[in-house]
Amino acid sequence: MENLIALLIAAPLLGAAVLLCGGRRFDRVGHLLGTALAATSFVIGAALFANMLTKSVDDRALHQKLFNWIDVGGFQADIAFQLDQLSITFVLLISGVGTLIHVYSIGYMEHDERRRRFFGYLNLFLAAMLLLVLADNYLLLYFGWEGVGLASYLLIGFWQHKPSAATAAKKAFLVNRVGDIGLSIAIMLMFTTFGTFAFGPVLGSVGETSEGMLTAIGLMLLLAACGKSAQVPLQSWLGDAMEGPTPVSALIHAATMVTAGVYLIVRSGAIFNAAPDAQLVVVIVGAVTLMFGAIVGCAKDDIKKALAGSTMSQIGYMILAAGLGPIGYVFAIMHLVTHGFFKAGLFLGAGSVMHGMNDEVDMRKYGGLRKYMPVTFVTFGLGYLAIIGFPGLSGFFSKDMIIEAAFAKGGTEGWILGSITLLGAAITAFYMTRVMLMTFFGEKRWQPDAEGHLPHPHESPKSMTIPMIILAFGSVFAGGFFSIGDRFLNWLEPVTGWDHGHAPISATTVTAATVVALLLGVSIAWVMYGRKARPVPVVAPRGSVLTRAARRDLLQDDFNHVVLVRGGEHLTRSLVYVDHTLVDGVVNGTAASVGGLSGRLRKLQNGYARSYAVSMFGGTAVLIAATLLMRAV
Amino acid sequence: MSFPLLTATAVLPAVGAIVTAAVPAARRTTAKWMALGFSLATFALAVLVVARFEPNGDRYQLVESHSWIKDFGVRYELGVDGIGVVLIALTALLVPFVILAGWHDADPLENSSSRWRPTQGFFALILMVEAMVILSFEATDVFLFYILFEAMLIPMYFLIGGFGDRAHSGSDAAAATQRSYAAVKFLLYNLVGGLIMLAAVIGLYVVAGSFSLNEIAEARASGELDMATNTERLLFLGFFFAFAIKAPLWPLHTWLPNAMGEATAPVAVLITAVVDKVGTFAMLRFCLQLFPEASKWATPVIVVLALISIVYGALLAVGQRDIKRLIAYASISHFGFIILGIFAMTSQGQSGATLYMVNHGISTAALMLVAGFLITRRGSRLIADYGGVQKVAPVLAGTFLVGGLSTLSLPGLSPFVSEFLVLVGTFARYPVAGIIATSGIVLAALYVLVLYQRTMTGPVKDEVRGMPDLRPRELAVITPLIALLLFFGVFPKPLTDIVNPAVEHTMSDVEKKDPRPDVEAAK
Repeated sequence: MENLIALLIAAPLLGAAVLLCGGRRFDRVGHLLGTALAATSFVIGAALFANMLTKSVDDRALHQKLFNWIDVGGFQADIAFQLDQLSITFVLLISGVGTLIHVYSIGYMEHDERRRRFFGYLNLFLAAMLLLVLADNYLLLYFGWEGVGLASYLLIGFWQHKPSAATAAKKAFLVNRVGDIGLSIAIMLMFTTFGTFAFGPVLGSVGETSEGMLTAIGLMLLLAACGKSAQVPLQSWLGDAMEGPTPVSALIHAATMVTAGVYLIVRSGAIFNAAPDAQLVVVIVGAVTLMFGAIVGCAKDDIKKALAGSTMSQIGYMILAAGLGPIGYVFAIMHLVTHGFFKAGLFLGAGSVMHGMNDEVDMRKYGGLRKYMPVTFVTFGLGYLAIIGFPGLSGFFSKDMIIEAAFAKGGTEGWILGSITLLGAAITAFYMTRVMLMTFFGEKRWQPDAEGHLPHPHESPKSMTIPMIILAFGSVFAGGFFSIGDRFLNWLEPVTGWDHGHAPISATTVTAATVVALLLGVSIAWVMYGRKARPVPVVAPRGSVLTRAARRDLLQDDFNHVVLVRGGEHLTRSLVYVDHTLVDGVVNGTAASVGGLSGRLRKLQNGYARSYAVSMFGGTAVLIAATLLMRAV
Repeated sequence: MSFPLLTATAVLPAVGAIVTAAVPAARRTTAKWMALGFSLATFALAVLVVARFEPNGDRYQLVESHSWIKDFGVRYELGVDGIGVVLIALTALLVPFVILAGWHDADPLENSSSRWRPTQGFFALILMVEAMVILSFEATDVFLFYILFEAMLIPMYFLIGGFGDRAHSGSDAAAATQRSYAAVKFLLYNLVGGLIMLAAVIGLYVVAGSFSLNEIAEARASGELDMATNTERLLFLGFFFAFAIKAPLWPLHTWLPNAMGEATAPVAVLITAVVDKVGTFAMLRFCLQLFPEASKWATPVIVVLALISIVYGALLAVGQRDIKRLIAYASISHFGFIILGIFAMTSQGQSGATLYMVNHGISTAALMLVAGFLITRRGSRLIADYGGVQKVAPVLAGTFLVGGLSTLSLPGLSPFVSEFLVLVGTFARYPVAGIIATSGIVLAALYVLVLYQRTMTGPVKDEVRGMPDLRPRELAVITPLIALLLFFGVFPKPLTDIVNPAVEHTMSDVEKKDPRPDVEAAK
């Protein structure tokens, strides 16, 4: 069975190679080929999963070594894979949601002349993402890590004739590279500490090194996670990444790639468990991002950017849970999977709405769409109920578990974290209700597009609605399915470990509090956006200081612009000047004065250069000859 | 006596140069094919060198040794170790692409009334450079090496000064002045380095009584030859200075942007991917082997200079407005990595540095040659003159992006392997230096992606509209280079297998051992 692991990656990689290098002859079948290969990956994944179920708990991990990648004096990296309960969970999520989004894109990108290339990039993404979760060592993980970064860059900038898209793509790559410094240094620290960076040996010998070293490694891994998962302070790229086509936002910037940071931390659990200081920082990053994303999500009128804020916030939940240690690992991943369903579904719904509304993204120009797009309305609505944690739906179970785990951290820390997660749940309910009401309810506020056409909203084709329906199923049932009989917990516990923690209040109390928070958020949103007496204005009101700041992503870009962009421009410009005048001048000048040639150097610019050089060359020759002669005599 | 394979590998392109130069003026195309044929035959010989070389055999193989200047003890002595072998292969590999990419760069202008034969000269000079570079990778006699190190400046000088990039802003006369300035600057910088090296070469002979690398190294190892500390340091500095100019290391780098900017793109590749490698190669071969103690003494300063090169080169690349100068500054940053790897004195650092020389050669060739194709089409080197090329010439844009991604060391492409090895090798010895160097990966992403964004994306500029996509000849240049980048990115073993044993020798020259990990991880 283990020989199938490489095929998981090979199938979409083949697709990427054929579609990107094959040329125009594949224009007509490219999307079908790409989708078929994504589905192939899912089928292989399902077969591996079925096989894993038949094995006993201790015997589930599979390994496959392809070949030795880098081998230099003790530095050993293999192209080798590890498939255990944690990675198969990701494989199924990535290839499953990935296949659905391929199908959706067939319709969504139908009129794009570069559709073949789009599918090539999507396949490339799948291959890299699968490599990331299947690698059995950190360097190979890094390969996949940068690979998904490349795919993300190509897909955000897919419509690169738009300067905004090209800029957003570049920004995403650069911010991620800052995070990659963390991953690079973590690998170097592992190599100098353990002499290896393969998962098994490193995670198996954490007890033999100091806590300080583990803290350093943990913090570097966290830096990497912050970049890829858009956590504060490296969060600024995600909102701009919405420039990419909507299926990309659904697959890469909601369901899979942005959750890679959570995978990294959970995978490296042994390191974090032994480094409480690093864990504390992880928890703080998660808590801050949770609130940050939620606040931004409340203020955005662009439906995709509102959802992006939400993604950031939900991943904040996962990071927070991962920072709790064994209390939270399983629930971080469980929320990751349910989030994969409902957030991908929400994005596809948003794409469907845009498809029917002349690509308008401003929710203030939507309204009353439920009658015109019933399937989109129902599937989006189910995703909405799932994300706010409506009792019985997926998000209810997974988020509730994280809130319980946060309280179970114990002590003051537990109370603080628990309260933040509860508050976050209320805000989530608020902003998602706002999205729902502004889009599907209320009066029509439709505006003509640039060419003066009023939108004619219509339901999207089947290739788009069917993936939405399937994802809606997941949004409704996955959480319950995972939670009944602690299925998900029992599945992952052998890999991640689990700990009860010290819950200060009962689970029932937490659940009740969560439901109260949810009702509170929904009610406030209804009062502000739902009542007929107070219609949503088409032009955004000025808003409070906080609202205005939140619209500008809490001033993160303004900060970056002033400090990094402007500062960097000044630095490079002055360096160009310094290099031209100072360094060049000093070196030229020194050479000239050493040789006593300063007078002649002027001729250098006057066209006597050649003769000068030749005479110098001649001088060298004479010198050599003289030396030879001296010796001979 | 066995067949002198090493001599043949160097002589063949030299013969090619003479034959090409002798082709009558009217038969330009014949001369081009002739040059290409000789370069390919040289590549075939280089492949033979690789095949005959036994990585785990003697340190220097395929040795040839003849007395040359008897009175003076100068010998014509050749031999290759693993480091030399891969660099010979790189040189022989790149030159055919350089020739093919520069196919029309030296065609006489329509209204030209030149009395000489520029086309024949251009290709003959390229082959001449190849011959000298290959021989310098083979020379194990210090004096022979020195002669080649200096002599290769002559053809390079004419290539830079005589065949400038036809895309320039300003008048022809102004361009000619700039070109000549660049060529002279190149020559002067390298001559100054050469003169100082000459003094050191003579000094070495006075001290050691021999020019033979092996003899001197052996005498030093056995204790027969005892150099005073200061003597060794002075001699080291003499050699190192020359190599640091050629490499080039900050602050001796300023000739490179001029030379690469004014030369045609293929010649720029010849400079940075081939000729400059002689500098870093010589650091490994001569500085470390002849002056191990002085090398260790100078290491802190060199590491700092290398770090400055990395960061400074990258920052200046970000600030450039000229595509070719941008690539030149990026190369300065990359040479910083190579020198850092050499002087980290770990096996990862030195193997990484050697691999870096090869990978940088291939990746810069890919990026620079596509940049050249682009510049020829539009007739401008300025980034601001482009925009939206992706829309009109997608294949050109795609290959340019791959070249750029290899320059920023994306995993999956070969420069990643070498850059990571250099970083980890440096980190193991000097953690702070390793961390500073790692910041280079962000800056590299910045200059590459800014370049790509400004030239290739956005609305299509009017002057770019109608730009043809890559032609078959151009595809024949870029496709194999990209294939190599991918291949060695995933499977660098053929290179590391050759390089690792050679690096072990160098490590034992300087009596350095890799730092051991803190804990023995459970396997």
